[in-house]
Amino acid sequence: MSGKDHGYLDMELLRFTTAGSVDDGKSTLIGRLLYDSKAIFEDQMEALEQASISRGGEEVNLALLTDGLRAEREQGITIDVAYRYFATPKRKFIIADTPGHIQYTRNMVTGASTANAAVILVDARNGVIEQTRRHAYIAALLNIPHVLVCVNKMDLVDFSETVFEQIKADFSDVASRLDDQDIHFLPISAKLGDNVVDRSTNMPWYSGETFLGLLEALPVGQDWNLEDPRFPVQYVIRPISDEYHDYRGYAGRIASGVFRVGQEVVALPSGLKTTIEAIDFAGKSLDYAFPPQSVTLRLKDEIDVSRGSMIVDAANQPQQSQEIELMVCWLNEKPLVVRGKYQVKHNSNEMRCIITEVKYKVNINTIEEIHDDLSVGLNQIARITIKTTKPLFFDSYKKNRDTGSLILIDEATNNVVGAGMIL
Amino acid sequence: MEHYRINHLRELEAESIFVLREVVAQFERPVMLFSGGKDSIVMFHLAWKAFHPLKVPFPLMHIDTGHNFEETIKYRDDLAEKTGTRLIVKYVQDSINTGRAVEEKGLNASRNVLQTVTLLDAIEELKFDCAMGGGRRDEEKARAKERFFSHRDEFGQWDPKNQRPELWNLFCGAKNMGEHFRVFPISNWTEMDVWQYILMENIEMPSLYFTHEREVFCRDGAWMASAPFMQLKSNEKVEVKKVRCRTIGDITCTGVTLSEANSLEDIIQEVAASRVTERGSRADDKRSEAAMEDRKREGYF
Repeated sequence: MSGKDHGYLDMELLRFTTAGSVDDGKSTLIGRLLYDSKAIFEDQMEALEQASISRGGEEVNLALLTDGLRAEREQGITIDVAYRYFATPKRKFIIADTPGHIQYTRNMVTGASTANAAVILVDARNGVIEQTRRHAYIAALLNIPHVLVCVNKMDLVDFSETVFEQIKADFSDVASRLDDQDIHFLPISAKLGDNVVDRSTNMPWYSGETFLGLLEALPVGQDWNLEDPRFPVQYVIRPISDEYHDYRGYAGRIASGVFRVGQEVVALPSGLKTTIEAIDFAGKSLDYAFPPQSVTLRLKDEIDVSRGSMIVDAANQPQQSQEIELMVCWLNEKPLVVRGKYQVKHNSNEMRCIITEVKYKVNINTIEEIHDDLSVGLNQIARITIKTTKPLFFDSYKKNRDTGSLILIDEATNNVVGAGMIL
Repeated sequence: MEHYRINHLRELEAESIFVLREVVAQFERPVMLFSGGKDSIVMFHLAWKAFHPLKVPFPLMHIDTGHNFEETIKYRDDLAEKTGTRLIVKYVQDSINTGRAVEEKGLNASRNVLQTVTLLDAIEELKFDCAMGGGRRDEEKARAKERFFSHRDEFGQWDPKNQRPELWNLFCGAKNMGEHFRVFPISNWTEMDVWQYILMENIEMPSLYFTHEREVFCRDGAWMASAPFMQLKSNEKVEVKKVRCRTIGDITCTGVTLSEANSLEDIIQEVAASRVTERGSRADDKRSEAAMEDRKREGYF
């Protein structure tokens, strides 16, 4: 039976991240979304009621739904990114729910790294504050295509259009100093449910979509880069069986662009030119493939290709260099060491590097450059230069989230200590 | 005309295949944990697709509590034989016999927790550096915080408060001697996704998942399959009902659902209409609010 017979098999996937602080109603918003879209089950609700009562609460605390670890429930704070899932007849959603305390920038960056959309909560009573600027900055730095600014707690400002418009203007002023993103503003009350799943009757002046309506309508199909064919090779498939004696396939996931049978390509780092003979997927042959498909490419000529190689369009190649400029978010308690050596992971490629320079740090609350104090610690963001042991094949992060991102790994502890976005 | 969109199931499939290929590329001795349940069946199917025409390049391992549905074992053996995959079976009974694990007592006694001992011993004995599991983040709230590549220390323990950041599609399997990784290729799938995918790919499933008549009894509001090693309370009586399994695990802690669903379409309808989660009848999760987290810390699946 083919998927076409089933409407529900034809849904798109949207990943979004939510950032917010204690008390701005983020957990309530997610809880409300799950509850009103009937994604919370009876046994979860039962467990939630139990937990709320045992903590002395009078009403059901939807925030407890997203705090999964014992320490989180005990301390009443969210420590780590939690992933939540729900679906409507139109879309399947993956929520990366990230805690918004200042010390948890690392979680926000993690949640944002795979998101199509960022949801930023603003308390209508407080307007655009430092934390809002921080969230807006991170959403822009991570190049999240869509931003939904939810002005929450509208019930506490008498559902005032003036308040909403002021916040909209203030946020737009912040955003104008950042990159172009698709920004939407919504007046909501997560607690009462206004404009979350159901349209508010309290704000007739607002004619836009509800929160869920917007999530269902965002054009995620346009988020993929279809311009620049890049195929990082993960693994070489060589069965050496009687049936597939000479089979040599390059397994990987298309990072960007479209690959077609017959296309002239170059394998990096060798730089040798060949053409795509076949695109295989689990016993089937495809005429073309596009992101984010995982496929196996076969090439016409036997050339040197292995894990870490990148197959690219012969007429559209990435940059290559051993000196890379990037923005880095530091993820570890152990501060960044200038002249220190780190392991680099970039696509399927691994190498070592030295951090040669810290150009400046960013004050993420004011979005200003800091030049006098260049020490980079946990949760700080800086512009740095690294020198790698072999050439990196990359595009700028703004153009390509896959070939423009890398992580730095501490060689002693194997911990992931830096998240890099190549300029 | 060319189009450049894939549906949510194909996107999840592509992500899982990417993860499976990373495992084979990054680890020397990976193993896939296989219980015969729907999640491990889907995970194995994805592995078959990821490496075709190569045979699945790692063995399957089943941690056998001895309290199985017979059909699961037959399905497991047939699958391994049909696909030419190496199958390793490790028995909880052996851990009990050698004194490594102690059988639980009482009415709700289960070997579920004991599996951790057998699993960790097997990983150490066979020197596996990565064990793939079919855990999904939507199953349970401690699992919601789990990474795709989840680090385990030399005692096999999980430290949920100190997990390595996981960004973009950059999975880091670097580790020191004696440590290992648990990898969860279908982290982002929900129960609904799993069933829709089984339908889309037409994957053969054990008939336990479809409606059948079975001897069952009711305990704490949940229907349990009757088996010789299950002890009944005085007020519990065995009766025959039309049921199906929503999850398949050790019999002692897997509830069955009253159901007439006898096709994949029926099951999908049932899952869509259901108001309790699939683990709602898993006695192992009901032990406390942090039951899963505690077991995972110790090295559970």
